[in-house]
Amino acid sequence: MKILVCISHVPDTTSKINFTDNDTQFDTNGVQFVINPNDEFGLTRAMWFKEKQGATVHVANVGDASAEPTLRKALAIGADEAIRVDAPATDGYFVAKQLTKVAQDGGYDLIIAGRESIDYNGGMVPGMMAAMLGANFVNTCINLEVDGSNATAVREIDGGKESVKTSLPLVIGGQKGLVEESDLRIPNMRGIMMARKKPLHVVAADAAEAHAATAAFEKPAPKGAVTMVDPENLDQLIELLHNEAKVI
Amino acid sequence: MSVLVYTESEGGSFKKVALELTSYAKGVANAMGGEVTAVSINGGNAADLGKYGADKVMEINDAALETFNAKNYAAALAQAAKSAGAKTVVVSSSANSKYLAPLLAVELGAAYAPNVVALPESTSPMKVKSTVYTNKAFAINELKTDVTVIGLAKNAYGLHENSGAAAASAFSVELAGDNGVEVTSVDKATDKVTIADAEVVVSGGRGLKGPENWNLIEDLADTLGAATACSKPVSDMGWRPHSEHVGQTGKPVASNLYIAIGISGAIQHLAGINSSKVKVVINTDPEAPFFKAADYGIVGDAFDVVPRLTEKLKQFKANNA
Ligand SMILES: Cc1cc2nc3c(=O)[nH]c(=O)nc-3n(C[C@H](O)[C@H](O)[C@H](O)COP(=O)(O)OP(=O)(O)OC[C@H]3O[C@@H](n4cnc5c(N)ncnc54)[C@H](O)[C@@H]3O)c2cc1C
Ligand SMILES: Nc1ncnc2c1ncn2[C@@H]1O[C@H](COP(=O)(O)O)[C@@H](O)[C@H]1O
Repeated sequence: MKILVCISHVPDTTSKINFTDNDTQFDTNGVQFVINPNDEFGLTRAMWFKEKQGATVHVANVGDASAEPTLRKALAIGADEAIRVDAPATDGYFVAKQLTKVAQDGGYDLIIAGRESIDYNGGMVPGMMAAMLGANFVNTCINLEVDGSNATAVREIDGGKESVKTSLPLVIGGQKGLVEESDLRIPNMRGIMMARKKPLHVVAADAAEAHAATAAFEKPAPKGAVTMVDPENLDQLIELLHNEAKVI
Repeated sequence: MSVLVYTESEGGSFKKVALELTSYAKGVANAMGGEVTAVSINGGNAADLGKYGADKVMEINDAALETFNAKNYAAALAQAAKSAGAKTVVVSSSANSKYLAPLLAVELGAAYAPNVVALPESTSPMKVKSTVYTNKAFAINELKTDVTVIGLAKNAYGLHENSGAAAASAFSVELAGDNGVEVTSVDKATDKVTIADAEVVVSGGRGLKGPENWNLIEDLADTLGAATACSKPVSDMGWRPHSEHVGQTGKPVASNLYIAIGISGAIQHLAGINSSKVKVVINTDPEAPFFKAADYGIVGDAFDVVPRLTEKLKQFKANNA
């Protein structure tokens, strides 16, 4: 089985979000970038397929050279090869197009992406890829087993979960649950050394028009100060929730 | 010119989000100078959508769509959109809509903007505002395609009454026999309010000391008709099921009211709940970071405050029934 794990390179969760150039660019100053958490769960599940079922695992990113340390980290965790499509990732459709090309060229059976990335939170890339590839698609995937060309998966739905039966080629939008958090791996020295020798292919972007562009970013208006209520005066809280906030 | 809206239903009646979405579609249609066409799949009474502005309702009744399947649903909506000549298709942020929207967008050759929080800033070109960076910022997106798909963020617009004719007509769709993904079993609590649908969410953190104290949270939630939720460590320690974990790595919450009890307010927790409209925090520590993100705060011990609050709310509900 050939697996492609799509890795989005995102600001660490505790990053302060700021913008530059008249609020049109993300300010990377002082920001630590990491593997998108949902992709880390997917990558770890891919390692399981590699170790238990002999799968080959490649990772791919659409981005500029600044994403390479993130790809190297994925190689250090155990991926066999990495591919970087050399183009800024500004639009979900454009990214899905590029990754679809990578997937077609590499002939992958299983494509593991994340339910959403924590930068644009789009949740659009995996579904769009599935549609472009004509592959099956399971979103919000919290468990995945593959047997030959058949797959079974569990997916989270509003208020519960459902089990599904499907087949390869398959794209999933994965998240926590694919593996437990305690199974996530920190690259060790040996992994880091080996990663240096593994191939990281840089490929040119395929011509594709973006479907969307960010005209500007905005920060939320500063929140008003909190209204403190005396714990001995809970009637006041109820009064405020009823008459001022109008939520009860 | 028409704005197509996918109105979700459950058990043969429309969900509240369907009405909110219809209200929103009406707002978009007014801005574009068009009409609202609702698509209902094995849905409720078309007249209910008229109250919120639907001019037409395309009713798809098809046994093959009895259970949700993203590919089939996307195909059905794409056929409806093409038939109605829709310029914009509006979908919700439910798990199902987020699943089908990218498929629908590719099928229509449309740009898809998820997590949109307001009416378009302009409709030609289409410019919409959405949340990005786990709700820490907004982006103004310019959509460059002729047809667009807009995913409205949870609870972002509210219900707005309008009058629409809601002229219903049957619409039949052609579906591929094999949809590739077959549901084999569903495990869903039907007697509980889900975090996704809840107007009020009552959430507990490590400050509650142990699972044996969760009756505090549940009693308050029952009184308010609320869903229960928890912080990540609480589910990691097995005090509560994983399905209740909210925050950046858990479920997002966008309720009208979020009550956080014994939760410190770590950035990863806030990232998932900060699109809730009103936040109430109960914590013993006046320095807890959550107070900075709260609308109303009480410095106090949950074990003392919560039972008294529940009692008072019961009285309040009885008096206002
Ligand atoms: C990558 C990453 C992702 C994460 N994702 C999430 C996420 O999705 N969701 C999430 O919740 N966390 C997440 N976390 C964890 C987060 O950083 C915090 O550790 C967590 O939210 C703390 O949970 P808590 O507030 O319940 O516990 P604590 O931080 O221990 O806070 C307990 C609070 O209870 C108060 N308290 C104690 N006794 C009482 C009492 N008797 N009455 C009232 N108050 C009392 C204390 O003053 C304290 O403020 C993530 C962390 C990382 C690194
Ligand atoms: N620039 C990118 N390069 C590689 N994979 C990506 C990129 N952007 C998104 N993805 C994948 O698509 C998933 C969903 O991202 P998004 O649609 O941006 O929310 C991510 O978890 C990744 O698996």
